Amino acid sequence: MSLNNVYNLYRTMEEENVILSFKGILTSELLTSVLHIMEARMDSLHETSRTRKKVFNVLVECLQNLYHHVDESPLPISKEILERNSALVLIVKENDHFVVRTGNYINKDKAFDLQAKLKIINSMDKQELREYYQLSLNNSMVSKKGTAGLGLIDIARKSGNKLDFEFLKINEETSFFCLNVKID
Amino acid sequence: MENLHLVASAKTPEVLFDSETGVLLLKGRSIPENSIEFYKPLNDWIDLYASKPSTKTCIDMKLEYFNTSSSKCILDLFKKLERLDGTEVSVNWYFEEDDEDMEEAGEDYQAIINLPFQMIEVEEI
Repeated sequence: MSLNNVYNLYRTMEEENVILSFKGILTSELLTSVLHIMEARMDSLHETSRTRKKVFNVLVECLQNLYHHVDESPLPISKEILERNSALVLIVKENDHFVVRTGNYINKDKAFDLQAKLKIINSMDKQELREYYQLSLNNSMVSKKGTAGLGLIDIARKSGNKLDFEFLKINEETSFFCLNVKID
Repeated sequence: MENLHLVASAKTPEVLFDSETGVLLLKGRSIPENSIEFYKPLNDWIDLYASKPSTKTCIDMKLEYFNTSSSKCILDLFKKLERLDGTEVSVNWYFEEDDEDMEEAGEDYQAIINLPFQMIEVEEI
Protein backbone atom coordinates (compact mmCIF):
# COMPACT_ATOMS: atom_id res chain seq x y z
CA MET A 1 0.00 0.00 0.00
CA SER A 2 1.38 3.37 -0.91
CA LEU A 3 1.47 6.10 1.70
CA ASN A 4 -1.22 7.93 -0.19
CA ASN A 5 -3.52 4.91 0.15
CA VAL A 6 -2.99 4.82 3.88
CA TYR A 7 -4.30 8.36 3.96
CA ASN A 8 -7.26 7.47 1.75
CA LEU A 9 -8.13 4.55 4.00
CA TYR A 10 -7.91 6.82 7.01
CA ARG A 11 -10.10 9.45 5.35
CA THR A 12 -12.71 6.85 4.37
CA MET A 13 -12.91 5.56 7.91
CA GLU A 14 -13.12 9.08 9.24
CA GLU A 15 -15.95 9.95 6.85
CA GLU A 16 -17.75 6.75 7.82
CA ASN A 17 -17.49 7.75 11.50
CA VAL A 18 -15.58 4.61 12.43
CA ILE A 19 -14.54 4.80 16.07
CA LEU A 20 -12.94 1.37 16.27
CA SER A 21 -11.88 -1.10 13.62
CA PHE A 22 -10.15 -4.42 13.37
CA LYS A 23 -9.17 -6.70 10.51
CA GLY A 24 -7.49 -9.99 11.23
CA ILE A 25 -7.94 -13.27 13.06
CA LEU A 26 -10.26 -13.05 16.03
CA THR A 27 -8.79 -14.91 18.95
CA SER A 28 -10.33 -15.20 22.40
CA GLU A 29 -7.77 -12.77 23.86
CA LEU A 30 -8.43 -10.30 21.08
CA LEU A 31 -12.17 -10.42 21.75
CA THR A 32 -11.51 -9.58 25.38
CA SER A 33 -9.34 -6.63 24.34
CA VAL A 34 -11.80 -5.25 21.78
CA LEU A 35 -14.65 -5.45 24.29
CA HIS A 36 -12.51 -3.78 26.92
CA ILE A 37 -11.51 -0.94 24.59
CA MET A 38 -15.11 -0.46 23.48
CA GLU A 39 -16.36 -0.25 27.07
CA ALA A 40 -13.76 2.39 27.87
CA ARG A 41 -14.71 4.25 24.69
CA MET A 42 -18.40 4.30 25.58
CA ASP A 43 -17.54 5.52 29.07
CA SER A 44 -15.56 8.42 27.64
CA LEU A 45 -18.42 9.21 25.24
CA HIS A 46 -20.76 9.32 28.28
CA GLU A 47 -23.25 6.97 26.69
CA THR A 48 -26.29 6.01 28.76
CA SER A 49 -26.17 2.69 30.54
CA ARG A 50 -28.94 1.42 28.21
CA THR A 51 -26.91 2.21 25.07
CA ARG A 52 -23.69 0.84 26.58
CA LYS A 53 -25.35 -2.45 27.40
CA LYS A 54 -27.05 -2.84 24.04
CA VAL A 55 -23.89 -2.05 22.08
CA PHE A 56 -21.83 -4.35 24.29
CA ASN A 57 -24.30 -7.21 23.92
CA VAL A 58 -24.56 -6.88 20.14
CA LEU A 59 -20.80 -6.61 19.84
CA VAL A 60 -20.24 -9.74 21.95
CA GLU A 61 -22.56 -11.78 19.72
CA CYS A 62 -21.13 -10.36 16.46
CA LEU A 63 -17.54 -11.02 17.56
CA GLN A 64 -18.34 -14.50 18.77
CA ASN A 65 -20.13 -15.30 15.52
CA LEU A 66 -16.94 -14.33 13.71
CA TYR A 67 -14.82 -16.27 16.20
CA HIS A 68 -16.80 -19.46 15.59
CA HIS A 69 -17.95 -19.25 11.99
CA VAL A 70 -15.47 -17.51 9.71
CA ASP A 71 -14.53 -19.51 6.60
CA GLU A 72 -11.31 -19.31 4.66
CA SER A 73 -10.58 -16.83 1.96
CA PRO A 74 -10.71 -18.42 -1.51
CA LEU A 75 -8.14 -16.03 -2.89
CA PRO A 76 -4.80 -17.44 -4.03
CA ILE A 77 -2.43 -18.18 -1.19
CA SER A 78 -0.12 -15.26 -0.98
CA LYS A 79 -0.04 -14.98 2.75
CA GLU A 80 0.29 -17.07 5.83
CA ILE A 81 -2.49 -19.64 6.21
CA LEU A 82 -3.59 -17.97 9.42
CA GLU A 83 -4.41 -14.77 7.62
CA ARG A 84 -6.98 -16.57 5.51
CA ASN A 85 -9.50 -16.77 8.34
CA SER A 86 -9.51 -13.09 9.08
CA ALA A 87 -12.60 -10.96 9.50
CA LEU A 88 -13.41 -7.27 9.51
CA VAL A 89 -15.13 -5.45 12.35
CA LEU A 90 -16.05 -1.77 12.30
CA ILE A 91 -17.82 0.13 15.04
CA VAL A 92 -19.46 3.29 13.84
CA LYS A 93 -20.97 6.11 15.83
CA GLU A 94 -23.42 8.23 13.86
CA ASN A 95 -25.20 11.07 15.63
CA ASP A 96 -27.42 9.34 18.14
CA HIS A 97 -26.77 5.70 17.34
CA PHE A 98 -24.11 3.02 16.95
CA VAL A 99 -23.63 0.58 14.07
CA VAL A 100 -21.64 -2.64 14.24
CA ARG A 101 -20.44 -3.75 10.80
CA THR A 102 -18.79 -7.08 10.15
CA GLY A 103 -17.42 -8.79 7.03
CA ASN A 104 -16.17 -12.33 6.50
CA TYR A 105 -15.86 -15.10 3.97
CA ILE A 106 -18.46 -17.84 4.08
CA ASN A 107 -18.94 -21.10 2.17
CA LYS A 108 -21.86 -21.28 -0.25
CA ASP A 109 -23.84 -23.90 1.69
CA LYS A 110 -23.56 -22.05 4.96
CA ALA A 111 -24.44 -18.79 3.21
CA PHE A 112 -27.66 -20.35 1.92
CA ASP A 113 -28.80 -21.37 5.43
CA LEU A 114 -27.66 -18.11 6.97
CA GLN A 115 -29.57 -16.06 4.41
CA ALA A 116 -32.74 -18.07 5.07
CA LYS A 117 -32.36 -17.52 8.80
CA LEU A 118 -31.77 -13.78 8.38
CA LYS A 119 -34.90 -13.48 6.22
CA ILE A 120 -36.99 -15.24 8.87
CA ILE A 121 -35.60 -12.99 11.59
CA ASN A 122 -36.25 -9.83 9.56
CA SER A 123 -39.85 -10.89 8.86
CA MET A 124 -40.62 -10.91 12.59
CA ASP A 125 -41.81 -8.15 14.89
CA LYS A 126 -40.60 -7.72 18.47
CA GLN A 127 -43.06 -10.18 20.02
CA GLU A 128 -42.51 -12.82 17.32
CA LEU A 129 -38.75 -12.56 17.80
CA ARG A 130 -39.20 -13.07 21.49
CA GLU A 131 -41.28 -16.23 20.95
CA TYR A 132 -38.78 -17.49 18.36
CA TYR A 133 -35.95 -16.93 20.84
CA GLN A 134 -37.76 -18.78 23.65
CA LEU A 135 -38.61 -21.67 21.34
CA SER A 136 -35.02 -21.89 20.06
CA LEU A 137 -33.59 -21.58 23.56
CA ASN A 138 -35.73 -24.42 24.84
CA ASN A 139 -35.17 -26.71 21.87
CA SER A 140 -31.65 -26.04 20.70
CA MET A 141 -28.65 -28.14 21.56
CA VAL A 142 -25.31 -26.55 22.31
CA SER A 143 -22.62 -27.64 19.88
CA LYS A 144 -19.17 -28.72 21.04
CA LYS A 145 -17.98 -25.24 20.14
CA GLY A 146 -20.52 -23.84 22.58
CA THR A 147 -22.79 -22.28 19.98
CA ALA A 148 -26.55 -22.46 20.42
CA GLY A 149 -27.84 -20.91 17.18
CA LEU A 150 -29.31 -18.00 19.10
CA GLY A 151 -26.83 -15.25 18.29
CA LEU A 152 -28.60 -13.58 15.38
CA ILE A 153 -32.00 -13.70 17.05
CA ASP A 154 -30.47 -12.07 20.10
CA ILE A 155 -28.72 -9.43 17.98
CA ALA A 156 -32.02 -8.58 16.28
CA ARG A 157 -33.83 -8.33 19.61
CA LYS A 158 -31.21 -6.14 21.27
CA SER A 159 -30.73 -3.86 18.27
CA GLY A 160 -34.43 -3.23 17.78
CA ASN A 161 -33.82 -2.83 14.03
CA LYS A 162 -33.93 -5.03 10.95
CA LEU A 163 -30.61 -6.68 10.20
CA ASP A 164 -29.01 -5.21 7.12
CA PHE A 165 -26.98 -7.82 5.22
CA GLU A 166 -25.48 -8.76 1.89
CA PHE A 167 -23.72 -11.76 0.38
CA LEU A 168 -21.19 -10.81 -2.28
CA LYS A 169 -20.35 -13.63 -4.61
CA ILE A 170 -16.58 -14.17 -4.78
CA ASN A 171 -16.56 -17.41 -6.77
CA GLU A 172 -18.69 -20.56 -7.14
CA GLU A 173 -17.86 -21.79 -3.64
CA THR A 174 -17.46 -18.69 -1.54
CA SER A 175 -19.22 -15.45 -0.72
CA PHE A 176 -18.31 -12.48 1.39
CA PHE A 177 -20.91 -11.87 4.10
CA CYS A 178 -21.52 -8.30 5.24
CA LEU A 179 -23.68 -7.57 8.26
CA ASN A 180 -24.78 -4.16 9.53
CA VAL A 181 -26.43 -3.90 12.92
CA LYS A 182 -27.86 -0.56 13.89
CA ILE A 183 -28.40 0.05 17.59
CA ASP A 184 -30.63 2.96 18.60
CA MET B 1 -20.15 -31.31 50.89
CA GLU B 2 -17.83 -28.53 49.82
CA ASN B 3 -19.04 -25.17 48.65
CA LEU B 4 -18.25 -24.07 45.12
CA HIS B 5 -16.47 -20.79 44.79
CA LEU B 6 -15.13 -19.41 41.51
CA VAL B 7 -13.62 -15.96 41.24
CA ALA B 8 -14.95 -13.71 38.47
CA SER B 9 -12.87 -13.21 35.32
CA ALA B 10 -13.22 -10.83 32.35
CA LYS B 11 -15.68 -13.22 30.71
CA THR B 12 -17.05 -15.36 33.55
CA PRO B 13 -19.08 -14.53 36.65
CA GLU B 14 -18.30 -15.04 40.29
CA VAL B 15 -19.88 -18.27 41.51
CA LEU B 16 -20.69 -19.06 45.12
CA PHE B 17 -22.77 -22.17 45.75
CA ASP B 18 -23.35 -22.82 49.46
CA SER B 19 -24.68 -26.28 50.30
CA GLU B 20 -25.65 -25.41 53.87
CA THR B 21 -27.68 -22.28 53.23
CA GLY B 22 -28.84 -23.47 49.81
CA VAL B 23 -27.96 -20.06 48.36
CA LEU B 24 -26.47 -20.26 44.87
CA LEU B 25 -24.99 -17.04 43.49
CA LEU B 26 -23.94 -16.09 39.96
CA LYS B 27 -22.66 -12.52 39.76
CA GLY B 28 -21.08 -10.47 36.99
CA ARG B 29 -20.75 -11.27 33.30
CA SER B 30 -21.02 -14.58 31.54
CA ILE B 31 -19.66 -14.15 28.02
CA PRO B 32 -17.15 -16.96 27.33
CA GLU B 33 -16.83 -18.15 23.71
CA ASN B 34 -17.57 -21.66 24.90
CA SER B 35 -19.67 -21.72 28.02
CA ILE B 36 -20.00 -25.52 28.31
CA GLU B 37 -16.58 -25.76 29.92
CA PHE B 38 -17.38 -23.06 32.43
CA TYR B 39 -20.79 -24.40 33.43
CA LYS B 40 -19.75 -28.05 33.79
CA PRO B 41 -18.46 -27.78 37.41
CA LEU B 42 -21.66 -25.89 38.31
CA ASN B 43 -23.80 -28.71 36.95
CA ASP B 44 -21.62 -31.33 38.64
CA TRP B 45 -21.96 -29.52 41.96
CA ILE B 46 -25.77 -29.49 41.67
CA ASP B 47 -25.74 -33.23 40.90
CA LEU B 48 -23.94 -33.82 44.20
CA TYR B 49 -26.10 -31.30 46.06
CA ALA B 50 -29.22 -33.15 44.82
CA SER B 51 -28.52 -36.07 47.16
CA LYS B 52 -28.65 -33.90 50.29
CA PRO B 53 -30.10 -30.46 49.54
CA SER B 54 -30.89 -27.73 52.05
CA THR B 55 -34.61 -27.33 52.91
CA LYS B 56 -34.65 -24.24 50.73
CA THR B 57 -32.62 -23.58 47.60
CA CYS B 58 -32.42 -20.08 46.17
CA ILE B 59 -30.44 -19.10 43.11
CA ASP B 60 -29.43 -15.44 42.96
CA MET B 61 -28.87 -14.44 39.35
CA LYS B 62 -27.00 -11.15 39.42
CA LEU B 63 -25.80 -10.95 35.86
CA GLU B 64 -24.71 -7.77 34.16
CA TYR B 65 -24.28 -9.43 30.75
CA PHE B 66 -24.60 -12.92 29.35
CA ASN B 67 -24.11 -14.20 25.82
CA THR B 68 -26.23 -16.70 23.91
CA SER B 69 -23.73 -19.49 24.52
CA SER B 70 -24.31 -18.97 28.26
CA SER B 71 -28.07 -18.58 27.87
CA LYS B 72 -28.45 -22.24 26.98
CA CYS B 73 -26.22 -23.36 29.86
CA ILE B 74 -28.19 -21.19 32.26
CA LEU B 75 -31.40 -22.82 31.05
CA ASP B 76 -29.88 -26.26 31.66
CA LEU B 77 -28.88 -25.15 35.16
CA PHE B 78 -32.47 -24.06 35.86
CA LYS B 79 -33.74 -27.38 34.51
CA LYS B 80 -31.48 -29.22 36.95
CA LEU B 81 -32.82 -27.11 39.83
CA GLU B 82 -36.36 -27.76 38.63
CA ARG B 83 -35.79 -31.50 39.12
CA LEU B 84 -34.42 -31.26 42.68
CA ASP B 85 -36.39 -33.23 45.28
CA GLY B 86 -36.77 -32.44 48.97
CA THR B 87 -36.04 -28.73 48.72
CA GLU B 88 -38.07 -25.66 47.95
CA VAL B 89 -36.41 -23.98 44.95
CA SER B 90 -36.77 -20.34 43.91
CA VAL B 91 -35.03 -17.93 41.56
CA ASN B 92 -34.11 -14.31 42.29
CA TRP B 93 -33.51 -12.57 38.97
CA TYR B 94 -31.73 -9.22 39.43
CA PHE B 95 -31.61 -6.51 36.79
CA GLU B 96 -30.45 -2.91 36.77
CA GLU B 97 -32.86 0.00 36.40
CA ASP B 98 -33.66 0.69 32.73
CA ASP B 99 -32.18 -2.64 31.67
CA GLU B 100 -35.27 -3.89 29.89
CA ASP B 101 -33.25 -6.49 28.02
CA MET B 102 -32.11 -8.17 31.23
CA GLU B 103 -35.62 -7.97 32.66
CA GLU B 104 -37.00 -9.59 29.50
CA ALA B 105 -34.32 -12.27 29.64
CA GLY B 106 -35.53 -13.18 33.12
CA GLU B 107 -39.11 -13.31 31.89
CA ASP B 108 -38.01 -15.57 29.02
CA TYR B 109 -36.68 -18.12 31.51
CA GLN B 110 -39.75 -17.68 33.65
CA ALA B 111 -41.90 -18.64 30.64
CA ILE B 112 -39.96 -21.87 30.12
CA ILE B 113 -39.06 -22.93 33.67
CA ASN B 114 -41.52 -24.11 36.25
CA LEU B 115 -39.97 -22.41 39.29
CA PRO B 116 -41.08 -19.31 41.22
CA PHE B 117 -39.20 -16.25 39.90
CA GLN B 118 -38.75 -13.06 41.81
CA MET B 119 -37.81 -10.14 39.53
CA ILE B 120 -35.69 -7.68 41.49
CA GLU B 121 -34.81 -4.24 40.13
CA VAL B 122 -31.65 -2.71 41.60
CA GLU B 123 -29.67 0.45 40.93
CA GLU B 124 -26.46 -1.42 40.30
CA ILE B 125 -25.63 -5.11 40.22
